[in-house]
Amino acid sequence: MAKIELKDVRKAYGAVEVIKGIDLDIRKGEFMVFVGPSGCGKSTLLRLISGLEEITTGDLMFDGERVNNLVPSKRGIAMVFQSYALYPHMKVYDNMAFGMQLAKSSPEEIKARVMAAAKLLQIDHLLDRLPKQLSGGQRQRVAIGRAIVRDPRVFLFDEPLSNLDAALRVQTRLEIAKLHHTMDQVTMIYVTHDQVEAMTLADRIAVLRDGRLEQVGTPSELYERPNSIFVAGFIGSPKMNFLTGRFAAAHGCQTLGIRSEHIDVVADGPWQGAIVHAEDLGSDNYLFVEVGSDEPLIVRRPGKLTARVGDRLALAPMDGQLHRFDAAGAPIR
Amino acid sequence: MNVQAVAGRIAFYALVAVIVVFSIFPFYYAIVTSFATGTGLFEVNYWPRQFNLANYETVLSGRTFPRNIFNSIFIATMTVVFALFLAVTASYALARVRFRGRGLLLMTILAVSMFPQIAVLAGLFELIRFLGLFNTPWALILSYTIFTLPFTVWVLTTFMRDLPVEIEEAAIVDGATPWVIITRVFLPLLWPALVTTGLLAFIGAWNEFLFALTFTSSETTRTTPVAIAMLSGASQQEIPWGPIMAASVIVTVPLVILVLIFQRKIVAGLTAGGVKG
Amino acid sequence: MADTSSTSGGLTLPQQRQRAAFWFLAPMLFALFCVAAWPLGRTIWFSLTDTTLSNLYGGKFIGFDNYLSMRTLSSGKVIWRGTLVDPAWWNAVWNTVRFSVVSVTLETLLGLIVALVLNAEFKGRGLVRAAILIPWAIPTIVSAKMWSWMLNDQYGIINDMLLRLGVIDQKIAWTANVDTAMAAVLLVDVWKTTPFMALLILAGLQMVPRDIYEAARIDGVHPVRVFFKVTLPLIRPALMVAVIFRMLDALRIFDLVYVLTPNSAATKTMSVIARENLIDFDKFAYGSAQSTLLFAILSVFVALYIWLGKVDLAGDGGK
Repeated sequence: MAKIELKDVRKAYGAVEVIKGIDLDIRKGEFMVFVGPSGCGKSTLLRLISGLEEITTGDLMFDGERVNNLVPSKRGIAMVFQSYALYPHMKVYDNMAFGMQLAKSSPEEIKARVMAAAKLLQIDHLLDRLPKQLSGGQRQRVAIGRAIVRDPRVFLFDEPLSNLDAALRVQTRLEIAKLHHTMDQVTMIYVTHDQVEAMTLADRIAVLRDGRLEQVGTPSELYERPNSIFVAGFIGSPKMNFLTGRFAAAHGCQTLGIRSEHIDVVADGPWQGAIVHAEDLGSDNYLFVEVGSDEPLIVRRPGKLTARVGDRLALAPMDGQLHRFDAAGAPIR
Repeated sequence: MNVQAVAGRIAFYALVAVIVVFSIFPFYYAIVTSFATGTGLFEVNYWPRQFNLANYETVLSGRTFPRNIFNSIFIATMTVVFALFLAVTASYALARVRFRGRGLLLMTILAVSMFPQIAVLAGLFELIRFLGLFNTPWALILSYTIFTLPFTVWVLTTFMRDLPVEIEEAAIVDGATPWVIITRVFLPLLWPALVTTGLLAFIGAWNEFLFALTFTSSETTRTTPVAIAMLSGASQQEIPWGPIMAASVIVTVPLVILVLIFQRKIVAGLTAGGVKG
Repeated sequence: MADTSSTSGGLTLPQQRQRAAFWFLAPMLFALFCVAAWPLGRTIWFSLTDTTLSNLYGGKFIGFDNYLSMRTLSSGKVIWRGTLVDPAWWNAVWNTVRFSVVSVTLETLLGLIVALVLNAEFKGRGLVRAAILIPWAIPTIVSAKMWSWMLNDQYGIINDMLLRLGVIDQKIAWTANVDTAMAAVLLVDVWKTTPFMALLILAGLQMVPRDIYEAARIDGVHPVRVFFKVTLPLIRPALMVAVIFRMLDALRIFDLVYVLTPNSAATKTMSVIARENLIDFDKFAYGSAQSTLLFAILSVFVALYIWLGKVDLAGDGGK
């Protein structure tokens, strides 16, 4: 429900600046994902927005109102933590009701809101349990439920899936996506280091690196038109292939990037070499081809694996799928 | 198994036996003595020969000893209550809030816990006289604060520091003030720590001697350690060992039972106050 | 924090928390001021006056006369007075230092042995740990009484045991005899405090990862060598802290000495003599001066220990 604007937001701990001037607009009802390697400042940025950390300089606006100095509970936010952060001594119901109780809402209203959130998340049969009697996935639902009950303008997620096992992670990811569709008026900000989570959930992604915004855009924009080598390498799996030296010089750049699915196996092509390793994923397969660059080229082929290690292949990039970067890592277009 | 290993094993268990016997024997012997009367008292007995409750009757039917026990319980309990009440909020501030001078404050509190009590005796004596508390339980409750409070603050701070940060942050997002965080979120999680700290502070207050000796002047206001130290017979030569041992057993048995029940927690509390310091 | 353009009049989160912290700390600090700082200040003040117990507010400032004063008699003879030239005081200082050094050394060594035993896996370990907690739980006064009964010259069980074993050939008045009184105090203190030491050291030992021992065993290092080369350096920080805590405790010892060996010049410690002067002998100001000196000695000791500790830490960091 809220439009969020960050204007030259900075955060310093003593002399050490960890957020180095961020300008960002997050639209009403948008699902924004902050992604980046560990230590890039994405969690700090989320905590600045939540109010758990104080902004050193710059402005943070919610719907045009400056909220820098508002305490978290007055900002209309709700937060889902990595470790769930449920109150261990309270039953699920009380965990979800605690915020409203503190806000002195009427008991009927509290009950109605808690029940509604519990229904939505299908945890209404767990309301009498203590957190320690729940599974990890159930705990995460309660944590989300607690956030829903607060009826926030902004929903903040701090790596909510990283404590779950792989299967549960995919399932919960789907539920968060569904939640976003149900509550399409609520702005959501989601922090993760996992670019797959970012790509699957986000309306837009903000890639952070070293306290600065590297690029902001929709998943496909980031995938197709990365603004730097860093973004190109960070987004997409398997990682984009990078070629330097004579391979890059042939295309008039310092570094040449090509995604694994954009390489064709041809009768005669510019890149040739032997397969050093092959991975069969069933639906498609990856070939690692030693063409004389720093690392083997990864080629993604649909269907079953037919080639063998040791086979020599000739490869060629698909038309218009090359990413060229200059010495500073910026794209040449 | 070779001979050397067997010998090593035997030596090890012999060492264990020595440790156990040395630890327990004095208490055991006090119990044996407390059941002996008359001439039985003046024969050295390694095993209990008599089971006579006369010494206990002497002590408990005496005019003052039951009163002394009551004093000790009252004073130790009140001391613990005050110390915990002040320490819980203070340790939250010290463990959880960033402010300038926090490290210095912690060091000061630690320094106070090392104060030699004799150094404040004269000043406290004057203060207690001034407040009109001399020879009342309140004199001791006040003065015991000097060692129970720094200790409880220190130990609770280390426990409080170990509580997960995210739970507190969740409470902040939920709109909880620091007071609400302490009373409704942290206190329910800190019960084990409170029990441990309270118990250790209780033992400290129960055992204290110097202040109790100095700030009380009549038999009825004494605490049990002073009463036991002062138990005397008709003459200097005639020390009533039987009743003294009975009184000793009476004040020690509850402590020993408590300590054995809360063994693990006490060890945790002692090390939190010591090693991490 | 100084941002006044804020649209809300409320406090920011850090401000709110710091204000709460102030109010949370204030009662505790006030209490500590009342029972520690203020009385200490008054004790120091009294030491500079001629205050008496019966007339607490009638004292006059006399400078450092309670510590040291010089008077020249008409005959030209110089007389020094005050605590610093009082042989009884220096005897007490010597007793205290001797007691502290010997007791802490013994307790550390024995505590280390007990801790190593408890750190081994064996049946009944829990029982042993419970057993060694008993001396710790017994009030000092009670242990003093128990032991003075056991050490009794006529009917004491210790004399009986030693006679039977043939160690001694006549009964000894352990607590009354000038030669043995200190040994008696040390014995009881070691008995009572070694468990505390052992538990602190045990906590340190249990923080040493098991695989270090296993690695050493695989390498075939002799256990004694492992102890000195691996275990001891690793538990040294815990040991250092335990030793200073015990040392400070030992330097201010009062109750055990007061009850076990009353009025014995061979064991009288600084705390005992200071209290004697303060309360029993009506030399309130003089006793205050001795209390102040004890405080000063402890402070210097702590400062020295921390300072030396730091030097050591720097040395470790340089390795």
